[in-house]
Amino acid sequence: MSVDAATVRRIAHLARIAVTDAEVPHLQGELNAMLAFVEQLQEVNVDGVEPMTSVMPMEMKKRADVVNDGEIVDAVTANAPESEDHFFLVPKVVE
Amino acid sequence: MTDLTSLTLAEARDGLATKSFTSVELTDAHLKAMEAARVLNAYVLETPDQARAMAQAADARLAKGEGGWLGGVPLGIKDLFATKGVRTTACSKILGNFVPPYESTVTAQLWRDGAVMLGKLNNDEFAMGSANETSFFGPVINPWRRDGSDVNLVPGGSSGGSASAVAAGLCLGATATDTGGSIRQPAAFAGIVGMKPTYGRCSRWGTVAFASSLDQAGPIARTVRDTAILMRSMAGYDPKDSTSVDREVPDYEAAIGKSVKGMKIGIPKEYRIDGMPGEIEKLWSEGAAQLKAAGAELVDVSLPHTKYALPAYYIVAPAEASSNLARYDGVRYGLRVPGRSISDMYENTRAEGFGAEVRRRVMIGTYVLSAGYYDAYYLRAQKVRTLIKRDFEECFAKGIHAILTPATPSAAFGIGEKGGADPIEMYLNDIFTVTVNMAGLPGIAVPAGKDAQGLPLGLQLIGRPFDEETLFSIGETIEQASGRFTPTKWWA
Repeated sequence: MSVDAATVRRIAHLARIAVTDAEVPHLQGELNAMLAFVEQLQEVNVDGVEPMTSVMPMEMKKRADVVNDGEIVDAVTANAPESEDHFFLVPKVVE
Repeated sequence: MTDLTSLTLAEARDGLATKSFTSVELTDAHLKAMEAARVLNAYVLETPDQARAMAQAADARLAKGEGGWLGGVPLGIKDLFATKGVRTTACSKILGNFVPPYESTVTAQLWRDGAVMLGKLNNDEFAMGSANETSFFGPVINPWRRDGSDVNLVPGGSSGGSASAVAAGLCLGATATDTGGSIRQPAAFAGIVGMKPTYGRCSRWGTVAFASSLDQAGPIARTVRDTAILMRSMAGYDPKDSTSVDREVPDYEAAIGKSVKGMKIGIPKEYRIDGMPGEIEKLWSEGAAQLKAAGAELVDVSLPHTKYALPAYYIVAPAEASSNLARYDGVRYGLRVPGRSISDMYENTRAEGFGAEVRRRVMIGTYVLSAGYYDAYYLRAQKVRTLIKRDFEECFAKGIHAILTPATPSAAFGIGEKGGADPIEMYLNDIFTVTVNMAGLPGIAVPAGKDAQGLPLGLQLIGRPFDEETLFSIGETIEQASGRFTPTKWWA
């Protein structure tokens, strides 16, 4: 399988990465090189093989459903590019 | 007094215990060495004030006989580990000004045991790279050079700063992380030791995420013993990481010096790849001969799905990365580049904040997870992963204690030499190491010889789950037979 220029633009949008028209051919070449490289997986017989979900078999630990952290709003917003009154500021979303 | 930066971590620990020198003296010696070695670009942030304060506190505890397992030992920390109040960037522009209000579990355990932080170490951006050339802070230089050459070489990656700093004597040991070979490959390129533990052995909490089902923290140090000492502090169950394993942490150092007599060492034929340089073949067979001479039994084994590990990795790792890196959106932390709408702001921020390699991997990951392609790519890769793990399980079920392979297909190469035209050329560096991550197993790289140009080469040992101790025992046997490798100091 390989990707065309329109698909490259669509992937970039899905990934929320702006690409310029000038970047598209180069990205297309790189993505297709990677897709060609992984193509060899098609020759593996995976009939009846379970996909891996956890590399080390283990039972998920459970914890009591209690509040064990919080009241640290200063710390939470300390690194925000823009914040006001402990809220994160973003460009207007709703008209 | 001897040069305090040339001691092993174990020697320094013993010297501190017997009060031959103080942690402040030891720390100052390293800070001075770091200053003189800035050309290597190993550190992206030096923290001398904090280092001296931590060293003074360690000296006070040492005086009371309460130094701790690593009391007063100065270490470098890969910039992937969140350090409270100290800038942590994963060497990405998108996190350029991030100061964590929390400490990663692994580093918290090192400080609990009395270690001293010298600074933050360079790495490939978000640990994506095999040469430490994708860092926003620029490439790291390997302290090793080819005989009679002044060409700068890469230290490998992604833990290139860790490897370069340890090899150059800019810390006694370093933290590192390994998703496809990022501890073992740079350790091999720098003639030192790197241990990638079993998945779940070290907590991932507070470590910048790349590919969560593969990422594992581990130590890099100058000897197998030093690596074992660091492992004891770094390992352990953490309720904040649901994939960390609740299992007792052994005294790994006790495994050092244990005889390998009677152990079965697997030699996998699939690692004898086409076009493998003769000197790698030679290194491998000499390593096997050393273990045989020490009483181990060599067994030919087969791991038939080996060749599919790297392509499967380049589906699984980018897929997980595309999901993990979705959090960098310019809202809560890090870089923000304005846009007309919130969507424009996201897209502009991520286009400017991520470097070329990260953008490429996020995009391929997005593609293989997108509607209509998930089954063909991601699901198939996860099935292949099951087969890769099964190969190892069948091998270990036959009584094999560990598997011996080369660590890398070549010695260190020049900066800018590889991957410029074709990214796959760079990815092939991890061909021997990536299988271990796909199967979640422990692996150690140990220096074992030099190539014709005088550069160090490493061997890799792959172990059974949670049997790091056997790898330390066998690794030390190779180290004893091969000797240690120290670069000639050209930078200061």
